[in-house]
Amino acid sequence: MKISRMQELLSAQLLVGEDSLEREVHSACGCDLMSDVLAYVKDQAVLLTGLINPQVIRTAVMMDMICIVFVRSKKPTEEMLELARESGIALFSTDKRLYEACGLLYANGLGGKTE
Amino acid sequence: MNDTLVFHFEVDGEDFTSAGQASVQIKKNLRQLGMSPEVIRRVSIAMYEGEINMVIHAGGGHATVTIEEGYIEIKLEDKGPGIKDIEMAMMEGYSTAPDNVRSLGFGAGMGLPNMKRYTDFMTIESEVGAGTTVTMRVNYA
Repeated sequence: MKISRMQELLSAQLLVGEDSLEREVHSACGCDLMSDVLAYVKDQAVLLTGLINPQVIRTAVMMDMICIVFVRSKKPTEEMLELARESGIALFSTDKRLYEACGLLYANGLGGKTE
Repeated sequence: MNDTLVFHFEVDGEDFTSAGQASVQIKKNLRQLGMSPEVIRRVSIAMYEGEINMVIHAGGGHATVTIEEGYIEIKLEDKGPGIKDIEMAMMEGYSTAPDNVRSLGFGAGMGLPNMKRYTDFMTIESEVGAGTTVTMRVNYA
């Protein structure tokens, strides 16, 4: 799925990373606990979360993710936007809740696993 | 690689938001050295969890990453309160982190188990009241 399609499905606002809209992503995960992202995520390109702090961006960097969607209309801080720009990670914000946002993407073909 | 490369980092214990900076830097350094993505990922995740631990529990510390022939060693040293029961600390889900850390997405008792999961070798030396040294190694071809 193209990131632009994901943005459309979630009616999400692009915050950082306009140049990533044409990139393809093949899997995603939804999680508020960064420890679990670090423990269980493998090759998922997109993180959906309601958590706001700079460690969300660093966790995505560690996991080689390319896109983060903040749910429940959460807005990242200026420090997080800057960190994302430096790291080449696209940021979006959607008013959907985590469950609904994940469900929409899943139902439209974006799975949770890469294989 | 003939020469041993060593990277040193001070991990600031005052500010949770800055935790992880050393790991981000190591990730860049290893990429420049041409390490495989899988090795880079394992080293940086293990070190990131370790950094977070030092900030949460020990008021910061010192990180040293050494590139040896065949493996990368990460040594994390702090002068924090030490770990009373290492066996318990290694159990997934066991945590002594304060609640405010949980609201930041950490402190779920996954740190040390994750560090072990992503490395080929790990030892913990800890003395209550004196500090903790965690040594990890990730092999590379």
